[in-house]
Amino acid sequence: MSFAREPLPKATAIQLFKSLYLARRSEEYIVKHYPENLMRTPMHMSMGQEFVCVGVCSALEGKADVFASYRSHAAFLAQTHDTDRFFSELYGRTSGTGEGKGGSMHLAAPDQGHILSSGVVATQIPVAVGAAFANRQLGTGRTAVVFFGDGACDAGVFWESVNVASLFKLPVLFVCEDNGYAVDTPREARQVSKSLSDAVKPFGADTYDDDSGDVESVYSLAKEAAAKAHRDRRPAFLNIKCCRYLEHVGIGTDWNWGYRDQATVEREWIARDALKTQRARLASHRVGESAIAAMEDEIDKAIQASVKRASQAPIPAPDRLQAGVFHEKA
Amino acid sequence: MRKLDYAGAIREATAQEMERDPRVFVYGIGVPTWSSIFGTTKGLPEKFGKERCFDTPISEDAMTGFGLGAAIRGLRPIHIHIRVDFMILATNQLINMVSNYTYSTGGKLKVPLVVRAVIGRGWGQGAQHSKSLFSNFTHIPGLKVIAPTTPSDMKGMLTAAIRDDNPVICFEHRWLYWAEEDVPEEPYEIPLGVGRILRPGKDVTIVGLSWMNVEARLAADILAKRGVSVEIVDPRTLAPLDEDLIVESVKRTGRCIIADCDWVDSGFSAELSARINEKCFGRLKAPVKRIGFAHTPAPTVRELENEFYPNARTVVHAVEDMLGLEAANLDGEDFFSHERRFRGPF
Ligand SMILES: Cc1ncc(C[n+]2csc(CCOP(=O)(O)OP(=O)(O)O)c2C)c(N)n1
Ligand SMILES: [Mg+2]
Repeated sequence: MSFAREPLPKATAIQLFKSLYLARRSEEYIVKHYPENLMRTPMHMSMGQEFVCVGVCSALEGKADVFASYRSHAAFLAQTHDTDRFFSELYGRTSGTGEGKGGSMHLAAPDQGHILSSGVVATQIPVAVGAAFANRQLGTGRTAVVFFGDGACDAGVFWESVNVASLFKLPVLFVCEDNGYAVDTPREARQVSKSLSDAVKPFGADTYDDDSGDVESVYSLAKEAAAKAHRDRRPAFLNIKCCRYLEHVGIGTDWNWGYRDQATVEREWIARDALKTQRARLASHRVGESAIAAMEDEIDKAIQASVKRASQAPIPAPDRLQAGVFHEKA
Repeated sequence: MRKLDYAGAIREATAQEMERDPRVFVYGIGVPTWSSIFGTTKGLPEKFGKERCFDTPISEDAMTGFGLGAAIRGLRPIHIHIRVDFMILATNQLINMVSNYTYSTGGKLKVPLVVRAVIGRGWGQGAQHSKSLFSNFTHIPGLKVIAPTTPSDMKGMLTAAIRDDNPVICFEHRWLYWAEEDVPEEPYEIPLGVGRILRPGKDVTIVGLSWMNVEARLAADILAKRGVSVEIVDPRTLAPLDEDLIVESVKRTGRCIIADCDWVDSGFSAELSARINEKCFGRLKAPVKRIGFAHTPAPTVRELENEFYPNARTVVHAVEDMLGLEAANLDGEDFFSHERRFRGPF
């Protein structure tokens, strides 16, 4: 279902559009320049599914502790908008989120609420539960949000984590970016439950299903779910249907793999692309084409500037290899 | 000073740190229950409340990730496993997450997490309740690993571990819980990564791990009666290792026996042996010798347990062998038996 209620305020609609555009264009830059072989890190592209992270992170207005999978780009950019550190990390520069030691799968800007992303399926999920516990004990008022794929729900630790969050009355937002596949294996081949939400509900979480493909719906849903989670002191499970446009890992398409039909994907998903939809919506808010183009231009320039700064930033010196295995007291 | 046992030392260090720092909390399966992990957490729930000392579902994987999340967001968790065998379910988080998020983020995240793991035998613990697995964890960069032997070392090292901004795994041999000695009452730190000479000697160095230091001391007393002077070095911290202390000792004595309470094959004793050979090659009067578990799963029946576990006799005979001495008749010697007090079942 869709959670979009009456139209969101114009400022919110614009902000969502910009955030979507930033994620999309950053990845389009990657698609174009990856073949230069200078960003030597496995890329799991968010393209097509950005609206999930953008909707949720925007709804929480920066007061989120975000945990993400290796499909980390949209989550990172939606939460931080920090293209400088993002591209620096992809290019392996000292100015990156992990001075190049992390790469695409291990992005972290804890000062901006993107705590970490992780490359082993489902490993980030329990970490969010612990963060929610810390937030409660320390009274930070922040919301722990964890993004993961439908494949992560195959893993035992997902169920352990929902159980623990319910048991400990922690308002964690478990956000399933349900693109229907783990690499090329469809959900039906991996899970017996017809509906993930139905399976999760008895574990004590409020569950929500969103198949709108619309960033405003996800935004409204996340606001509602987060408020209820804090009010009722229980976790929420958001099952958000989405579509990965590109191959599982890498910058190409995978129509030749044969596990999904290009025409169907184009008709069911690409035709109602969330970014396109949001751009069209701006017109209904009487934002003129030239004003939209100006926003786009500004973001494109910011990306270019970040890439330039990244390419000019120092590569880590060899002695950085041994540095930082342990945290050194400041 | 007053006497305190090893379990008491753990309890006191934990309580003092919880008192000092409200961010410290303790959790794990059975932690706040009556048996309280061999008494090491007794009284903590009453004193600090259920939010700071709590039980968990049997979800070691999730609860380790939970500890990581709490640690990187400002708390200082202590996660306890009543057997290291059960901590194997936590290794995904420990090895894939906990160990590398400081490094992968260029130091942006710090992980002040202590994981306590009980090791060792009762009687009849069999193959799934008796492992040590030191080298499974010392193998991983980014984890600190300690295995204190004495109550006073335990108190100071656990205090240091809780105050450390890095993940520390603390191995506790269950037979040590009743060991007693003078332990200072006030809080103190013994820095991690610093070993200790438990007994000075000149003929042979025994590097002892955890419980095997107790057996080594017994062996050293027996050997002393025959004029053999044994030096016992307790690394205390396995990672990062105080290599210099061990190397200096072996250079002095020219002989080294490593007494581990773990499997020998690919065990921590192999790492120690390799380092000693690298650093002491020209000074060794005999090849380094290693003592540890038989390379079988741990059996349950007593008669086979006796064959499986090394003890003071094993150490005495290893020294005799190395020095070319006749094997002594040990019949009159009084060897330690845990069963003077332990009556099972767990
Ligand atoms: C524990 C583990 N097993 C296998 C893999 C290899 N792997 C990487 S991504 C992936 C599919 C995960 O699918 P899903 O959770 O739906 O996320 P998506 O990639 O669709 O976003 C697999 C099997 C892994 N990274 N971790
Ligand atoms: Mg998927």
